[in-house]
Amino acid sequence: MAVGARGGASAQAGERRPFPPGNYPVVIVGSGPGGLQLSYFLTRLGIRHAVLSADDRPGGMFRDFPIYQRLNTWSKPHAPVGPESRHYAWYDWNTLLADEPAHQALVPEFMKGDSYFPTRAEMEASLEAFVARASVAVRYGCRWEGTARAEDGFLLRTSDGEYRCRVPVFAVGMAEPWKPAIPGIEHVPHYAEALPSQAYAGKRLLILGKRTSAFEIADALLPFCREILLVSPRPVLLAIHTHSTAGVRARYLLPYEDHILGGGVFMLDGATSAIERTARGFRVTATGTTKPGTFVFDADAMIAATGWTSPLGDLRALGLATFAQDRLPALTPFWESTTVQGVYFAGAAGQGAVGLRKHGVPSNSGGLGGFRHNARVLARHLAETYFGLSIPRPVLEPAEVVPYLLSETSRAAELWNQRSYLARVLTVDRSRGIIDEGILPLQYFVDAPGPDAVAAVLETDQAGDHHPAIYVRRDGRVTEHVLPGDPLLTFETGEHRTQLASILAELL
Amino acid sequence: MPGREELLNTLAGLALFADLSRPQLEEVVHTFEEEVFAEGQRILRQGFSGSNLYIILEGDAGVVIDGVQRTTLGKGDFFGEVSVLLGEPPTADVVALRVLRCLVLPATDVPPFLLRHPQVTLRMLMAEARRLRSTTLWR
Repeated sequence: MAVGARGGASAQAGERRPFPPGNYPVVIVGSGPGGLQLSYFLTRLGIRHAVLSADDRPGGMFRDFPIYQRLNTWSKPHAPVGPESRHYAWYDWNTLLADEPAHQALVPEFMKGDSYFPTRAEMEASLEAFVARASVAVRYGCRWEGTARAEDGFLLRTSDGEYRCRVPVFAVGMAEPWKPAIPGIEHVPHYAEALPSQAYAGKRLLILGKRTSAFEIADALLPFCREILLVSPRPVLLAIHTHSTAGVRARYLLPYEDHILGGGVFMLDGATSAIERTARGFRVTATGTTKPGTFVFDADAMIAATGWTSPLGDLRALGLATFAQDRLPALTPFWESTTVQGVYFAGAAGQGAVGLRKHGVPSNSGGLGGFRHNARVLARHLAETYFGLSIPRPVLEPAEVVPYLLSETSRAAELWNQRSYLARVLTVDRSRGIIDEGILPLQYFVDAPGPDAVAAVLETDQAGDHHPAIYVRRDGRVTEHVLPGDPLLTFETGEHRTQLASILAELL
Repeated sequence: MPGREELLNTLAGLALFADLSRPQLEEVVHTFEEEVFAEGQRILRQGFSGSNLYIILEGDAGVVIDGVQRTTLGKGDFFGEVSVLLGEPPTADVVALRVLRCLVLPATDVPPFLLRHPQVTLRMLMAEARRLRSTTLWR
């Protein structure tokens, strides 16, 4: 489904629609969680902006997906800390961030309490509540149709007219179904077009793909299908092995166990070369990749769980660099295009900024749990870089630094949701003292020149051990210092304090 | 920007993957991630743990030790393998000299990949042997 495929401004029919065409400092395109979260933080900073959406209501992808109606990211009904704590977000990956108590923990508020994974409907209701309570204004039914450079910024052509802005931010998600070029694949419904589960009762289903969306479908259809085959060139990667959400989440692993125990689910590593329609359904030809051989499968039904692409419109014509087989924009650590200066992204498309990929763990910006934190960082960055805002920074006493950084690595949601990507940064200035610069991308810290400073992040190594990592910049040179892990993830021990104090001794 | 077919064709033209069949190349495309780096961007960082294996699809990179560029790498070259195989931080920075497009594989996935594809392992060994022969370039 393309962003705003439903179109229309029915939700606002008869109302005065906000943000008529004109000049705005910032224009956000998209009313999914990425666009809503950025709008919220820009408003908090007093940065005037417009939010445009082709949709008729908020929610983005959550208006329709997950296709079988329950998310794979947790919102724990009983978290170790209350929603008023800024550390709460680590236990609730689905709620948008807000500073006011009335707007916090919105997803659990709508959950029945029988699962720690919200349903799609609960998720959508929470997003609508966020929009209402935080008064996030959106111009619905306004489709972004074209982009051009303009004096001191950009011009966006929309179905409602032209918008000029200093900074456009595209929060357009990974919203367009993507299928590889295999002969006959045009006959295969994409994940987005999967039928109600009852329609697969008694059928032999072949799913192209072995990533999370393929497993989501297989898991939902286990009670219905006679047999399920999952076919893709690469062996399955599990989140419990990759130590990141880049692998298949455990929530969907029943089909994997069924495959291991030989119960009617089959997983094959094969490159599909042809798909034909038959009287019964489909015939699929594939060649083994990890084991040799040619396979021919007959199936009653097929689903292509082959992923999504970001709907980038005409941005490539401006010179936007992309990667991941042309599906993602290549972005700087602050989510700006690496090739079209001044064009920014928010929401799931922000995964185009991969970060240091330490121990293979990429940024968690493809999911709401990660990109909501990016929005706060991006809002501050835009406010200070383009609009002359100077956001006050707290000053710390030297004795506060070690306990503060260890506390941050033990429980700050920004660091846990965005391991190896977002860092707590303190700069050391002889005249001003120790300044808390806030949360910044680690890649920016280690690669950009700057004053003496320290950055603290949470990292996970190949063995799955979580530990704090400290990056110290002295005289322009950055060094890495890895602190020990802890079985209960408490990094405020005497050993941690001693080690960190020693690392920071010269800096402080 | 290259789509899947162009990527497969690029891989087929790299010496490292010259012995792989088309289906095996498809497995490579699905196993590795693709990443693009802007000019001047660091990919490997001297002394930092947890780096990955990279194979250059397009562009040039400089190998920089203590701020001095020692050599350059281009299409088909790979880097990061020493720290990945030995579990040690890189002894050099690798910096994009212009827009650099790479395949990337996390350290944990490298041994199983090389064991699945001994032809790639042999090609990598040959490349290492050539580097060893011209080791003065790296000093």
